Amino acid sequence: MIFDLAFIWAGLIAFAVLTYVILDGFDLGIGILFPFGRSDQDRDLMMNSVAPVWDGNETWLVLGGGGLFAVFPLAYAIVMPALYMPITLMLLALVFRGVSFEYRWRVSNKRVWDAAFFGGSLIAALCQGIALGALVQGIRIEGRAYAGGWFDWLTPFSVLTGVAVVIGYALLGATWLVLKTEGRIQMQMRGYSWWLGAATLGLIGIVSLLTPFQDPIYLQRWFNMPGSLFSVLVPLIMLGLSWSFLRGLNDQKDLQPFLSALGFFVVSFVGIGISFYPMMVPPTLTIQQAAAPESSLAFALVGAAILLPIILAYTVYAYWVFRGKIDPSQGYH
Amino acid sequence: MLDGFSAETLARAQFAFTVSFHIIFPAFSIGLASFLAVLNALWLRTGDRSYLTLFDYWKKIFAVAFGMGVVSGIVMSYQFGTNWSVFSDRAGPVIGPLMAYEVLSAFFLEAGFLGIMLFGRERVGDGLHMFATAMVAFGTLMSATWILSVNSWMQTPAGFSIAANGQFVPEDWWAIIFNPSFPYRLVHMVLAAFLTTSLVVGAVGAWHLLRDRTDPEARRMFSMAMWMAAIVTPIQIFAGDAHGLNTLEHQPAKVMAMEGHYDSHPDGAPLILFGIPNTAERRIDYAIEVPKLSSLILKHDLNAPLAGLDSVPQDEQPPVAIVFYSFRVMVGLGFAMLALGVGSLWLRVRGRLYDAPWLHRAAILMGPTGFVAVLAGWITTEVGRQPYTVYGLLRTGDSLAPVAAPAVVTSLIAFILVYFCVFGAGTIYILRMMNKRPATPRLGLRDGPIRTAGITPAPQVERDFIPDQGASK
Repeated sequence: MIFDLAFIWAGLIAFAVLTYVILDGFDLGIGILFPFGRSDQDRDLMMNSVAPVWDGNETWLVLGGGGLFAVFPLAYAIVMPALYMPITLMLLALVFRGVSFEYRWRVSNKRVWDAAFFGGSLIAALCQGIALGALVQGIRIEGRAYAGGWFDWLTPFSVLTGVAVVIGYALLGATWLVLKTEGRIQMQMRGYSWWLGAATLGLIGIVSLLTPFQDPIYLQRWFNMPGSLFSVLVPLIMLGLSWSFLRGLNDQKDLQPFLSALGFFVVSFVGIGISFYPMMVPPTLTIQQAAAPESSLAFALVGAAILLPIILAYTVYAYWVFRGKIDPSQGYH
Repeated sequence: MLDGFSAETLARAQFAFTVSFHIIFPAFSIGLASFLAVLNALWLRTGDRSYLTLFDYWKKIFAVAFGMGVVSGIVMSYQFGTNWSVFSDRAGPVIGPLMAYEVLSAFFLEAGFLGIMLFGRERVGDGLHMFATAMVAFGTLMSATWILSVNSWMQTPAGFSIAANGQFVPEDWWAIIFNPSFPYRLVHMVLAAFLTTSLVVGAVGAWHLLRDRTDPEARRMFSMAMWMAAIVTPIQIFAGDAHGLNTLEHQPAKVMAMEGHYDSHPDGAPLILFGIPNTAERRIDYAIEVPKLSSLILKHDLNAPLAGLDSVPQDEQPPVAIVFYSFRVMVGLGFAMLALGVGSLWLRVRGRLYDAPWLHRAAILMGPTGFVAVLAGWITTEVGRQPYTVYGLLRTGDSLAPVAAPAVVTSLIAFILVYFCVFGAGTIYILRMMNKRPATPRLGLRDGPIRTAGITPAPQVERDFIPDQGASK
């Protein structure tokens, strides 16, 4: 039976990670674009556009890690040592980035924390992309443990996926700012969005083409049911999203470019899901093997089923409260 | 410098370092979140502006501390996997879901409503803003509940079976969550957080009273903090004693190390007030002790026999010296807090609470001791349960990830450098804010965007000052 608890949980973890990418992507993207802010005032505006929501966004990363620990402890126990360096670097980068939100306002010379915000966001995004690439390459397992070295993650392919994620997040950041700002800075970001959009689509294409070379099984999964259904749809959906993205930019729409860019990420993410299934950690650890005992899965699922809808509701509410354009005259708290 | 150490020692050092730094922030934010909720409720109920001023003052300090807590907490959620993967694989099925509940029921609540609490009063109105503030406070308490359940299960495991692959399999969630040491640990830690916060608030109030004893906000926060210290400290000492008795029942070796009892005492054990543990000779040198008092405290009987570490196999004993010292630091500070609380009560009764500079100086001195006591307490309980991660069942040495020592050294050094820079800077900013009077319009140099070339329009300067708007309220 496919729809057992482990399968449901694999879906929920995937959902948490995707929600993280959607929410924290633009948030990290703003950090990546930070040096391009033309004045202190512009940078204040950029940062204030995510200040009320950033730690809610990063909580999804904790749910991704904590959730994996809870329901797929074996996968967690294998992936974390395998990705020791990129994960540790990402965490340190997030430390720098996270504290910058508050620290910037507490010093006269903001350069240091501006740089920390940029550097932290860039490295965190890069490491997330590298971790993704390393996972696609596959992780060597013996018994119940990681069996590779501490630099296995570093390959041209993983660096490529790292760069792709950085560019993609920058695109999300730019389109978010198109949505949240007006005037000069909005025009600037709209200009960036063209280039970043083209680069993102190009990189998604290259990564997709190279993925089967990491492991031929990926190709095979795309031509078996239900993957093959998706293989037909993916190019069409991507085309539609690209059209909507370009139209949105061209017609000076506020929301449409951002939503289309998010669409790029959602489709790519589902694509990775199809390539992986039924593996949890390619190439050998399946969802079933990695799953915790039934009693753990069932207990955790009760909580998730009750609490996730509530969380989504108040997350939407928090975004609703802070909707609309950022008012440049509005101070920090 | 760390070349000579094994991957195990290094991984332990790394976990100890990151978790010790992390616990400082929740210890403060658990209490501060509740304090903020009380301040906001009092402002809404009484309309007394000094409550609102205090709310806005501590809110900014809370934001910085909370930010540090979030980022150091994200690190913790991955430390289990990066450095303790065998532990994660085996204990994950039991403690993982508890931590997932923590994320779902606490972290999201805090993060989701924090933005509204910090930025949203004008957008959502007083009622919803109060609700958001209460949710943040509730979230911090929920978080403490789950994570202490996790920690307690590792100390006093219950409600599980062990599968063929070595995994702990949950059998009875009720027994797992409410494992034998959980209620004691939870009460002890939450009280510690409240006490820590009240000592910090009291120190800040005292600092401003020394400058100007008429400052209304300083008087108010000092008075509130001293009430807390006077009421909570005796309760905490009682709770700590109950926790100790619970530990004696479930982890006797830890209590032996705390007490410095290398030898068994068949007819009444002495209470060693102080001394120097001599690990090689297995005795306490220069011990100052009260005969039979330990038996009285632990067994409520002067002549009750108490077993010593000689009854525990060598390879199941915790390191004595660390536990012995850290326990005395915690208890000593606890009694100093009691003295502060009692002293403040005495002066309050005599109407001199705000006119006693020596009390204010003592309160300032005691300001950081809550943190020290919390750390000392955690060191006592965590070192005291060695050599196990899951007490009696999974050894620390068998919990380790297959990560090479150089990788652990590199990351450990990186964590040390980054934490000292980042959290050092944060501490300086917090102290700088505390140094400003509560009624200061801006605690940072700027709390909002500066307009062109440093010209800030007058209304902007007063934005979060609270002008006397009498009519509008």
